[in-house]
Amino acid sequence: MLSFFKKAKPTIRGGVHATEHKSETSGKPIVYSFPLPAKLYIPLQQHVGKPAEPLIKVGDHVLKGQLLAYSQGAISAPVHAPTSGIIVDVSEYPAPHPSALPIRTVVLASDGQEKWQKFSPVNDPLTIDPEEISLRVGAAGIVGLGGATFPSAVKLSQGRKNKVHTLLINAGECEPYLTCDDRLMQERPEKIIDGVRIMLHGLGATQAIIALEDNKEQAFLAMQTAAQPYPNVTVMQVPTRYPMGWDRQMIRYITGKEVPAGSRSTDMGILLHNVGTAYAVHKALRTGQPLISRVVTISGSAVKNPMNVEVPIGTLISEVLDFCGVDLEKTQRLVMGGPMMGEALPHPAVPIVKGTSGILALAENEIKTGTEQACIRCGSCVSACPAGLLPLEMMSRIKNNQLDAAVGFGLKDCISCGSCSYVCPSNIPLVHYFKYASGELIARQQAQHKTEQTKRLMHDKQARLERIRLQQEEEMRQMQMEKQQRELAKAQAAEAEITS
Amino acid sequence: MIVLSAIVSLTLLGLVLGLLLGIAAKYLKVESSPVIDELEALLPGSQCGQCGFPGCRPAAEALAAGEAPATLCPPGGSALAEQIATLLGISLDLSDMAEPEALVARVDEDNCTGCTRCFKVCPTDAIVGAPKQIHAVVADACIACQKCIAVCPTECLQMHPVEVTLRNWRWTKPPRMRSSEAVC
Repeated sequence: MLSFFKKAKPTIRGGVHATEHKSETSGKPIVYSFPLPAKLYIPLQQHVGKPAEPLIKVGDHVLKGQLLAYSQGAISAPVHAPTSGIIVDVSEYPAPHPSALPIRTVVLASDGQEKWQKFSPVNDPLTIDPEEISLRVGAAGIVGLGGATFPSAVKLSQGRKNKVHTLLINAGECEPYLTCDDRLMQERPEKIIDGVRIMLHGLGATQAIIALEDNKEQAFLAMQTAAQPYPNVTVMQVPTRYPMGWDRQMIRYITGKEVPAGSRSTDMGILLHNVGTAYAVHKALRTGQPLISRVVTISGSAVKNPMNVEVPIGTLISEVLDFCGVDLEKTQRLVMGGPMMGEALPHPAVPIVKGTSGILALAENEIKTGTEQACIRCGSCVSACPAGLLPLEMMSRIKNNQLDAAVGFGLKDCISCGSCSYVCPSNIPLVHYFKYASGELIARQQAQHKTEQTKRLMHDKQARLERIRLQQEEEMRQMQMEKQQRELAKAQAAEAEITS
Repeated sequence: MIVLSAIVSLTLLGLVLGLLLGIAAKYLKVESSPVIDELEALLPGSQCGQCGFPGCRPAAEALAAGEAPATLCPPGGSALAEQIATLLGISLDLSDMAEPEALVARVDEDNCTGCTRCFKVCPTDAIVGAPKQIHAVVADACIACQKCIAVCPTECLQMHPVEVTLRNWRWTKPPRMRSSEAVC
């Protein structure tokens, strides 16, 4: 199978090479001494799909790892208690989102005991039924930890159904600043490889490829050593070029094949999972522990002690920033995720969720400022676009509100990677235009749906009024007929009386 | 005798003219332009009259005749304007068109007397209730036509902007460059 891949000539389309800023954190071990927060804010939707439904109530005492909310529907994920304590509220709190609008959240006041719930892990996950692996991964609340937060169990089940042959572990970590996957691979390579082998068994796939960008030499060596005993697990390096961690870019480089627009990588027999997800799978299957904490990179030049730190899910970002000594006055922009695709947060009083890979407190020298100027049609964005689109053409259409024309230029294939905005010499916020347009398209679709619904409702109402009118006329006629008959009967009776 | 001849002649006249009209209606039928039908299908169909025409059909006729701009329908917004422009094959500059603010009617429960006037006029049955009981608006079905506002005797029905939640939050359009910046 590998020889088939080697024949293909690797290509990289577009992309940029941004200043990495990884050395601030990549050489320092993960910090485990983060003090347990007094209160944890655990949003009920930390994943793609339907929000989880709470099964606890205010005042309940819960143990660490206890199920707080169960998954609803086919695509959803449960939420567990990151520590032991008392539920103090189930209500709306600001979400870790650029709008910081409220989201349904469980508030847990920790009791400081860290008392674990008892788990029943399987003895050997590599011999159990593959279906059981999906079930346990789903029950542990594991979602894609690279930031996409798609429920991992759904991916595993679909992959098994589609008979994928290759499990591709995305350890690219191509975003600047972020090193949480890098550190994880340096410090716990055996556990990650074990998680990969469990997923391989769960999928029924024949081989696993772990792909790292070639700027992570230490992690590569550690992973290679750990993967040595297993011939079906390969560790390979890919060039460092953002967005290498985009699934289609990675597949194109490794296999030389293009995933067609509108189809999925599973159609080609390849399933992607993040390396952090593999570690979470190991933990869930070997110890039974659900996903209740994660390693987060705290970096940016407004941070005094940039580091990777393991924090419980639901910790307020402000508390983690305090721990790392963040100068909020120096912070010009607070970003959740990487600097290219991450989302700017309006304030730090929002919790860390399953998909939070990093928190960046960026100072003024790290963000792109400068006034927007007219497009000079230099074409830099075209050569930077990894999806092969024409960002400048899409932008000019969106500017004039001609969204259908922008869709014609491939708006729906845009992945919002930010490469075009990064290279634009005129400082045009291209990705902002594309995000606006994508949202607007959804809004239009909903408006269209509503128009159709309105027409149907109006038609129904008119039909009903017509039916009522006819019914009333019919009743009127019957009443009149009855009246006539009554009068006739009366007259006949009177006549009969007279004759008698 | 005179009365009889008048009756007979008028009856005959009526019959002949009626026959002629009937034949004319059948053979000289004016088919409506299919473009008008297509335009009417695009328009919201709530007959709100905000475009200045008595309803969606007359508006569609004016559009087909080129007497009204593609941007005539405020509830449809720029999405509809773009569809109309594509259908009619006309070019369109939408950069100045303001998007309509999304509104929804809401009943103030304290003042509702349960008079049922509002749900009688609601074209989409978006108001539910019973006589002498508080009415409520089904927000998803409300088309913000404001007909209920006009008939409510206690002014308990008011239009409110649609609340922004995580579900309907969208990125806003980047602000336009100022012209002084655009000139290098």
